[in-house]
Amino acid sequence: MPEWILYLLDFLPDWDWLHVLLVSLIKVVAIFIPLVVAVAYLPYAERKIIGYMQIRIGPNRVGPRGWLQPIADAMKLIFKEIIVPTKSNKYLFILAPILAIGPAFAVWSVIPFTDTLVLADINAGLLFVLAMTSVGVYGIIIAGWASNSKYAFLSSMRAAAQIVSYELAMGFALVTVLMAAGSLNLREIVLAQGGGLTNWYLWPLFPMFMVYFISGVAETNRSPFDVAEGESEIVGGFSIEYSGMTFAVFFLAEYANMILISALTSLMFLGGWMSPFGAVSDVLLLGDGIHWLLLKTSILLFFFLWFRATFPRYRYDQIMRLGWKVFIPLTIIWIVFMGVMMFLTPWGYLFH
Amino acid sequence: MTFEQLAFYFLASVAVIAAGLVITVRNPVRAAMFLILTFFTVAVIWLLLEAEFLAIVLVLVYVGAVMVLFLFVVMMLDVDVDQLREGFAEYLPIGMTVAVIILLQLVIIFTSGPFDIEQMPAPAAAAADYGNTHQLGLLLYTYYVYPFELAAALLLLAIVAAISLSLRGRLSSKRQNPDAQVRVHKDDRLRVVKMNAEKQD
Repeated sequence: MPEWILYLLDFLPDWDWLHVLLVSLIKVVAIFIPLVVAVAYLPYAERKIIGYMQIRIGPNRVGPRGWLQPIADAMKLIFKEIIVPTKSNKYLFILAPILAIGPAFAVWSVIPFTDTLVLADINAGLLFVLAMTSVGVYGIIIAGWASNSKYAFLSSMRAAAQIVSYELAMGFALVTVLMAAGSLNLREIVLAQGGGLTNWYLWPLFPMFMVYFISGVAETNRSPFDVAEGESEIVGGFSIEYSGMTFAVFFLAEYANMILISALTSLMFLGGWMSPFGAVSDVLLLGDGIHWLLLKTSILLFFFLWFRATFPRYRYDQIMRLGWKVFIPLTIIWIVFMGVMMFLTPWGYLFH
Repeated sequence: MTFEQLAFYFLASVAVIAAGLVITVRNPVRAAMFLILTFFTVAVIWLLLEAEFLAIVLVLVYVGAVMVLFLFVVMMLDVDVDQLREGFAEYLPIGMTVAVIILLQLVIIFTSGPFDIEQMPAPAAAAADYGNTHQLGLLLYTYYVYPFELAAALLLLAIVAAISLSLRGRLSSKRQNPDAQVRVHKDDRLRVVKMNAEKQD
């Protein structure tokens, strides 16, 4: 918080709560704007990366090397007409995109970017993350129902069942992280992984890292788990009746969720803002800092795009089987195994 | 007015209005949405009470899971609202009587002394590093470990019972076995026949 903002705030009447509110608001904007820019440029990155993977060039017409493509897309979507289908439920139809994007952004309030740079450093940060991501499903369900379209409804059923199932696996995988860190606070979880690459939870909890990240891909309805918008079966999925900005908001929510899952995975398993070089890292950019978190998040986001370019879509029953019969039993067994290792055997230090 | 009071009155009014709309709005899906809003605002009020674990679990369990399933059912059923409202006037006296009795009981209890504002003053604000979750975990897994485990076992039993009750008669339905599908090998499906070429005559 720069000094001049605090100085400006001193002129306001002596209402403490107003002061708190304004300071929080400024912080929220400081997180929100970079996030929106990132969300706008992620589809561009996706098109470019998948393009090169398929030996194409990708978007290259708007601006140098296509760098202004997101702005052109945004302009197009803003000026498109929003069509509300007849016999749809109008309020819920408009409410659905808002419900989708609200939780996707709300979670960012507890994400620590560095040791000090965090909007709300709350004790139960991990629980807050779980609660907020579980609320995100409403946007999709309501969109499917309010559209009054069979395809949209089928898609919303699929998406809801998928998200509810994979949430369990994600929650259990996070339980192992909090067992290792001994805290629900995201900042403390990252601090517990300090001291370089070898102290990251990636190594002792490697199976849980896999479960968490794959569940994250399923949770965000991304390929290869994107049956909710499987074009070949149910056309465009839950957002089929949406156009213009209402569609764009769903689109933004999906990409914001991707960034969120990547950031959370880097915080939980890859040491967050911690440098992989540990103690020898006082040189220039090798020390701890927000750039490490951004780098790790970007690498994980690259994986999301890579999956999409590589794997064929799963069949729906196989998605459900993977979630319920593979991931959830695996995580439950791992929790018990880890508890026994930590408290009853001398190898407990491996998990601390 | 402090920020907390302002927040409380705002949240409380939202919660009350939303709860009222749950039972008055005509569309069942919208009623469910208002119920979600009610849960959510109540959770935030609990946050104001420094009960952050309960608040977040309320959102996680009720908003995130129970109400999703509830919405599923409400959306799948084609609920005829008019049919539901048919008996309204007929049942109104009974309903009102029950409501008044409940209200009277609550008023009697809350005005009778033990719940006075003097008897139950607001607890001192907890220290900044006080962790509700931590305290609750300590209690649940030490003092109350047997009741806690008993409740867990009961819930598991209920789940198994519910599944076994609702699963009957469906086992003959055709279903795929993904395990077998994954394990299938080229040799099971394909037989390469080698035969010598024959002369055409």
